[in-house]
Amino acid sequence: MAHAYTPGLKVLHETKVIKERRLPLKGDVLKKKNEAVSPDDIVATTDLPGNVQMVNVANLLNIDAADIADVMKVQKGNKFEKDDLIAETAGLFGLFKSKVPAPVSGTLESFSEVTGQVVLREAPIPVEMDAYISGKVQDVIPEEGVYIETDAAFIQGIFGIGGESRGDLKIITKSREDEITSDMLDSSLAGKVVVGGSHISLATYKKALSLKVAAIVVGGFNYSDLKPILGYTLGVAITGSEDLVTSLIVTEGFGKINMGSRTFDLLKLHDGNFVSVNGATQIRAGVIRPEIVIPLKSDQITGKHKDIDASMGITDGSLIRVIRAPYFGKIGNVISLPNELQKMESETMVRVAKVEIGGEKMIVPRANLEMVETD
Amino acid sequence: MELKSILATDCGSTTTKAILIEKVGDEYRLKFRGEAPTTVEAPFEDVTKGVLNAVMEVEELSDRKLLDGDDIITPQKGDIGVDIYVSTSSAGGGLQMMVAGVVKAMTGESAERAALGAGSIVMDVMASNDGRKPHEKISRIRQLRPDMILLSGGIDGGTISHVVELSEMIKAANPRPRLGTGYKLPVIYAGNNEAQDDIRNTLGESTDLTIVENIRPVLEVENLGPSRDKIHDLFMEHVMAQAPGYKKLMGWTDAPIMPTPGAVGSLIEMIARDENISVVGVDIGGATTDIFSVFQGVFNRTVSANLGMSYSVCNVLAETGMDNVLRWVPIDIDRAELNNRIGNKMIRPTTVPQSLQELIIEQAIAREALRLSFIQHKEFAVALKGVQTERTISDAFDQSESGATLVNMMELDLLVGSGGVLSHAPRRAQAARMLVDAFMPTGITQLAVDSIFMMPQLGVLANIDKKDLKNNARKAAVEVFKKDCLIRLGTCIAPVGKSKPGKTILTLELTLPDGNAIKHELKTGELIKIDAPYKPMKAKLTPARNMDIGAGKGEVINTKIYGGQVGILLDGRGRPLELPEVDSERIAKLQEWSKVVNEYPDFNN
Repeated sequence: MAHAYTPGLKVLHETKVIKERRLPLKGDVLKKKNEAVSPDDIVATTDLPGNVQMVNVANLLNIDAADIADVMKVQKGNKFEKDDLIAETAGLFGLFKSKVPAPVSGTLESFSEVTGQVVLREAPIPVEMDAYISGKVQDVIPEEGVYIETDAAFIQGIFGIGGESRGDLKIITKSREDEITSDMLDSSLAGKVVVGGSHISLATYKKALSLKVAAIVVGGFNYSDLKPILGYTLGVAITGSEDLVTSLIVTEGFGKINMGSRTFDLLKLHDGNFVSVNGATQIRAGVIRPEIVIPLKSDQITGKHKDIDASMGITDGSLIRVIRAPYFGKIGNVISLPNELQKMESETMVRVAKVEIGGEKMIVPRANLEMVETD
Repeated sequence: MELKSILATDCGSTTTKAILIEKVGDEYRLKFRGEAPTTVEAPFEDVTKGVLNAVMEVEELSDRKLLDGDDIITPQKGDIGVDIYVSTSSAGGGLQMMVAGVVKAMTGESAERAALGAGSIVMDVMASNDGRKPHEKISRIRQLRPDMILLSGGIDGGTISHVVELSEMIKAANPRPRLGTGYKLPVIYAGNNEAQDDIRNTLGESTDLTIVENIRPVLEVENLGPSRDKIHDLFMEHVMAQAPGYKKLMGWTDAPIMPTPGAVGSLIEMIARDENISVVGVDIGGATTDIFSVFQGVFNRTVSANLGMSYSVCNVLAETGMDNVLRWVPIDIDRAELNNRIGNKMIRPTTVPQSLQELIIEQAIAREALRLSFIQHKEFAVALKGVQTERTISDAFDQSESGATLVNMMELDLLVGSGGVLSHAPRRAQAARMLVDAFMPTGITQLAVDSIFMMPQLGVLANIDKKDLKNNARKAAVEVFKKDCLIRLGTCIAPVGKSKPGKTILTLELTLPDGNAIKHELKTGELIKIDAPYKPMKAKLTPARNMDIGAGKGEVINTKIYGGQVGILLDGRGRPLELPEVDSERIAKLQEWSKVVNEYPDFNN
């Protein structure tokens, strides 16, 4: 059977989610294998090396770099406080001494007899890694972190901004077609993960920010509205490090687009449950999609849902979503995947799929289809 | 050794492309091509899987056995296997470097040229005079985590302390390499030879330091070769060896794996040298646009890291602005919707234009991505800065200075485009129009596109060093490049000068290959297409009194010109091109030009 591989977005009712929680540098792991964790638990900690300051002592004291060892008052590896004396000339008969105070507190790392530079290192910066989701420690990476495993419903968005967040899920639109409007938001939504239908305007998103909503999950958003939020035009879809109270997860794309019915229905099923979300997106090699993880309670785990085998890609009968105009956002099924190249309206010769969308049959380039990975 | 068959792959960041070249009679020709997704990332994490899949496609198409299980069969025995296998790679983000020099415009720029020429992406150029404080430079190195650092600075016998200071910053930053954890960061020192001991003392222990000849031994000379070669060696030994599956791939190839842009650059350099011509080559990809040029025998390459057609398409929009994109769109379109469409292309980068409107938008953006990349290239491809020149009184009014751009469009002989949007444009006239509108060639310039982007594979083939293979491999690369790789679009003839609308600015008298003589008069603002094949044709070009076609104002040129799949384009639209400001007038003008070259289907009715 013919197949085409375009990775799709996952909309899973029941799956095992495994999250790597790894420190940027080696440090201490605080949890053991099989230990239960909550999202706020600290699982590992480390200290990042402090910032480095360089001071050209030879220039400041007007001496030869080769003589720097003679004037140093703090030796390599020793600590000092801000404004402590780190170097001083002998002066004339002990008078008219020139001095160099430390611009910061820290440790003296080295000095150079070639350049006269002194390298000062500030205090280490502590880093704590939390568990992000509730579950149990599946495995420990010695000195680096843990893998946390949980049974969960799992949904991927196409694009997001803002990093990790969490809170109770709250569906605020009646249907997947409705926009989130300003009047739907009030202070009761602070700290909640709010789900809407097809769109949220910039003004409404700003209101969510002011209300300290934990995250917004919505079908579409205007590309041009990103700039006022981020402060710059987003040129490449790499996000996640923005300092935003309210993360934003877009499930379909830019513009006003109804949220996929499977996505909306699954979220609705878990209305009120505690979820972890992450808006971080990287659309490049090493793709990262924004995500919503809904850990399941033991009575919610049925074992009925089986992940489809996405490795086969799109085949006859696959559930697909069209991801480019003119049928952008529509969901349907593949009828067949003909081998021959076909000419599109644009005259581009491409491999196509025959699809059925809402009872209508049409031809779409395979590259413009995405598999809906569901269970 | 006589080569009967060659298999070559290019492992790109998304697709691995394989080509099979065979000797037919006395000449080498491209026979088959296959492709498969690159498998550097999870779940495969082994580049060779993608290579094998691409080769398997070639195997199926050619009905020839090339694989024995997971091995490529070499050398050829009967009809089985191939004589050699070579590969390039830009998977996993290619080679990412940071370079440093004492003076940004001198050793900093030379180091950048060496790194770019070797095929790397230069993440940052650090210099003693770049205006950043030491701690800012240190945190930048830490944050970027380059694959490799090239440190230069000082002419031989010149400044020592500045370059040592740079090395101290590298040491203080103690950057971890991007790939792998068990090895030290490779640093190449190519600066003042008298500072070598101090550099060794500073960086010898904390990094994997290699010392090569000074990149700028004296101000007047740039010595890029040793640094470029060392970058290639370290790319293989360190960077590639850390990437998943590459150790295995390195064992398969009959020549070292080259970084993809390095291979393309060396091919373009070779063609320019062999034919003694000036060349500009461009490869517009999803994330980046590479431009290569050879003017006055000097090779230059630039990478515009965030100007591309998919991953970074929104950056093109951000850099140039909506108005500049829209000026190439010959239809009326809603701006807000266009914004979202371009945004959606960024987040769904692998999609293709199904509707004509989508295609038109993509090609408008491509013009801007190419134009911006070329501006960056012209700023970088300059004569050496800091060189003292003797001036006489006759030079007093000459404003030229050291560091002037080498790119002279009047001198340009051949403009080659490659990358999906150019190579796969449904009509070749679209590719020709994109090249002309973006690069604005002047005088007489041949246009071509790379049919299926096989310049990387041909580049690595042309670079094989093994004595017994070298000549045959090079012959194969040149022959396939000329016969199968390049699709000749035609020639653009564009006079330069000021003229009033409607005035004749150029007369072309042309003898077609069938012996027929034709004559065309080009008026200001006009675009004319003449159908003619890729064959030499006698031409007489007579510019108007105040117009220049390459020999000076009003000077006639008698020469040979070539047509191609599009033909000859007489471009009287002016340089720079000025478009009407009123939308309806601009759209009418664009549609008129479009119709002349038969660019899009709708406008021909």
